[in-house]
Amino acid sequence: MMRRSFAVFLIAFSAAIAFAAASASRWQRVPAKDHARTNPLDGQREAKMAGALVYRDHCQQCHQANAQGDGRKRPSLRSEGIRAATDGDIEWFLRQGDLRHGMPSWSSLPQAQRWQIVAYLRSIQ
Amino acid sequence: MLSNPRTSFILRNLWLAVWLALLITTIGKAQEKPYFVTYSHDLEEPGNLEIETKTALAQPNGGNQFGATAMELEYGTRAWWTTELYLDGQATGSDSTVFTGWRLENRLRPLMRDHAINPVFYVEYENTSGADKTILEVVGHDSQTDLAAPNGELRRDHQHEAELKLILSSNVKDWNFSENFITEKDLGHAPWEFGYAVGATRPLRSAASSRECTFCAEKFIAGAEVYGGLGDTFALTLRDTSHYIAPLIGWQLPKGVRFSFSPGFGFTSTSLSRIYRVGLAYEFDQVGRWFQRSNGGGQ
Repeated sequence: MMRRSFAVFLIAFSAAIAFAAASASRWQRVPAKDHARTNPLDGQREAKMAGALVYRDHCQQCHQANAQGDGRKRPSLRSEGIRAATDGDIEWFLRQGDLRHGMPSWSSLPQAQRWQIVAYLRSIQ
Repeated sequence: MLSNPRTSFILRNLWLAVWLALLITTIGKAQEKPYFVTYSHDLEEPGNLEIETKTALAQPNGGNQFGATAMELEYGTRAWWTTELYLDGQATGSDSTVFTGWRLENRLRPLMRDHAINPVFYVEYENTSGADKTILEVVGHDSQTDLAAPNGELRRDHQHEAELKLILSSNVKDWNFSENFITEKDLGHAPWEFGYAVGATRPLRSAASSRECTFCAEKFIAGAEVYGGLGDTFALTLRDTSHYIAPLIGWQLPKGVRFSFSPGFGFTSTSLSRIYRVGLAYEFDQVGRWFQRSNGGGQ
């Protein structure tokens, strides 16, 4: 019984470590130059409002209107991971996407619109 | 197949039906470059289905006016893989309206990151007749005389072709620059044919408006594309090849409809002097979820 509890604890602990490592590694991949960038539209109310519309057009279909995802493959954007990221991290990730895991690259959006999305995401944390 | 002297009237009505069907649907969007021939590295978002019609209107020397429409069903299989089915048809004045075949294409992004130049591999199988006039690419020694014969004669020629493209595309400071290298081979005894398409586009404004709008500058994307044939393995020469330059404009309409228009101008004697293209697109979000819901597996 003791051995079984220990095994369950070990698996849960490993899964938590792996999840944390995966979340952290997403931002660790961001080049230093991009990581250090700040949102030129930061604090602008208009940028948040525009970002909400861009979010609705391009992000909502997967991440839901409340940005909480579907609890499975489409992650919540009201998360510790987003709060921990710099503006530059998020903009870089929008530009790159994560094609292997289903997140499209949004390099086709003008950069100003990616910054507007960042402003909106910041406002809903 | 229809055989009707008033084919343009039928085509207009078909357009109206498609337009209305698109307008009554409530949610959706479309966000792509307004290219008609050139491909960029934009792929369909995974799980989305885009329906687009691309119509070419032209008149070859010695032939009748025609309108050829390709209806395109584009599905995002993965974030790095898009599959498309095309259904082609055309109507030629004082002749007939005919279904001219279908195409199945796949586009694959081999690199999972965005780079300065992003390659995409394009593989297509075409099962069309010689009456196909959609002109979705120009290769080899394609000429306007190929389009001038009566439909009854052109339809006797069946084409089973494979087409490969190397798509290179870059997004630089809100501009998109795309270059396509095209090779096409009839699966019978025919030479490899070569062609090219290059294009550049840019939205008229980068930042989005903070209010809903229809005529805001950022809803419009403008640009140009140039495309043409590069001969074939029997005659790898530019002699008797067709080349076009075409300004482009795309307009993102409300309710997720995208309209695009392009007047093209041929600049060799074998090219059509003018070709007008009209596109209308609508994107359905996450069509896979429709089936999940019907199975009780949705949210």
